[in-house]
Amino acid sequence: MNPLWDREILMLLGGVVGLLALGTTVGLVLDRRVTSDAGRAVVVNLKARVRSWWVMTAAFAAALATGGVGSVILFGLLSFIALREFITLTPTRRADHRTLFWAFFVFVPIQYILVYREWYGLFAIFIPVYAFLFVPVRSALAGDTEDFLARTAKIQWGLMIAVYCVSHAPALLMLQIPGYDGEGAKLLLYLVIVVQLSDVLQYVFGKTLGRRRILPKVSPNKTWEGTLGGIGTATLIGALLWWATPFSPWAAAAIALLINLAGFAGGVCLSAIKRDLGVKDFGTLIEGHGGVLDRIDSLCFAAPLFFHVVRYFYT
Amino acid sequence: MSLETLAAGALTALTRLVTGVRARWPDEAPSTSPRVYFANHSSHLDTLVIWASLPATLRARTRPVAASDYWDRPGLRRWLALRVLRALPVDRSDGCGKREALRRLIEALDQGDSLILFPEGTRGDGAAIGELRSGLYHVARERPEAALVPVFLENLSRILPKGEFLPVPLIGRVTFGAPIRLGTDETRQAFLQRARAALIDLRNR
Repeated sequence: MNPLWDREILMLLGGVVGLLALGTTVGLVLDRRVTSDAGRAVVVNLKARVRSWWVMTAAFAAALATGGVGSVILFGLLSFIALREFITLTPTRRADHRTLFWAFFVFVPIQYILVYREWYGLFAIFIPVYAFLFVPVRSALAGDTEDFLARTAKIQWGLMIAVYCVSHAPALLMLQIPGYDGEGAKLLLYLVIVVQLSDVLQYVFGKTLGRRRILPKVSPNKTWEGTLGGIGTATLIGALLWWATPFSPWAAAAIALLINLAGFAGGVCLSAIKRDLGVKDFGTLIEGHGGVLDRIDSLCFAAPLFFHVVRYFYT
Repeated sequence: MSLETLAAGALTALTRLVTGVRARWPDEAPSTSPRVYFANHSSHLDTLVIWASLPATLRARTRPVAASDYWDRPGLRRWLALRVLRALPVDRSDGCGKREALRRLIEALDQGDSLILFPEGTRGDGAAIGELRSGLYHVARERPEAALVPVFLENLSRILPKGEFLPVPLIGRVTFGAPIRLGTDETRQAFLQRARAALIDLRNR
């Protein structure tokens, strides 16, 4: 795992900075033109979102610049915060206290140490097997059976989504791809760019063209126009970025489509959880976006699929 | 800068980090006039959390009221409580200690300080708010003009419950409500009921 500043990674980052500059400009122009109350609210939110994107991009670029360890630490922190947001909103009982301590301070660090040490065999089963079995045992030992199955399942779900799934993003750096040695950071950047661009484009198409809602009960902001426009455009861009990956252009298109669909599924599932818990957002940490888990919901579902497709077909 | 000031800054930062706490003032903006903040109690973190979530200028003039049997013990605990937080130790046991405790609280208010009180008297399990003990009423009777601010603490019993020593880093929340004052003919019982209702009301906000 080496720091990577080859020409391609700089081009990718340059493209992102260009898009952000465009976003800032659009925000400034709309700020002058839009006067209606409802429109103002959208513009204020848009500007907050773009500001946060600058911060997130800077943090991510800094993590990539340090090579493997920075990316592992960044995603480890994201997992920790996402798990914090998830468990805060999920009712647990007094008897789960020690179990939760293990989840936060033992399972999260171990999972990311396994990523850093590139120990694939244990990385792939640590949470689905060992943490999965440990959680109910520790809670049962605390002696409270009220809502036992629901409590246990919620903690396991939090670990799977916020920790296990997310950890597959930095795990891309452990893949040994012939002819693509030590360039795993670019794959991570590619995954994040395509999935987050898909979210942004779905938002842009939804705000400008969106009419017919897909799932009004689950995710009131998702429309057919926004979703198809966003996924279609992000898939096209994913294909056009094939030169940064070990994929052929057509394979890049297929893989980009797959992770965009997975990202859509992640957004829908985590929205369903939010509606179930009766909240709008998982948190307030990222201005304009909500919590960390609101921002990475699509990545949670896309990262493991992307990791395994690349691992199966390219290593 | 004194060691106490440094420790206070570090303690504030640490409390905010561990509890992720956010203060909300939905009814009224924070005020520098002397106030009595009274809150539900379920965790050793409660005092610190209220103290750390106050704006810095108010924090410097806000003194927690702490049980002397727990906090006034030699060593780090006493230094933190008395020197860093500038807590007012009070005797929880019945008897003449109570009158002395009340005198010290009134004295602090008269000097322009604010107080943090936990009128349930002891930590609960975090599920329900217990009956309030009469200390709050006595303070209000002595200084009827003092604004009593209800403070609802959420999730702190999950972060550090009674009987645990390791915290789980969930996100806590502090809600500062609209101040109440003792009515002219209000009985002790009616007042304490109203104060408790103000806390319960904040829970649903």
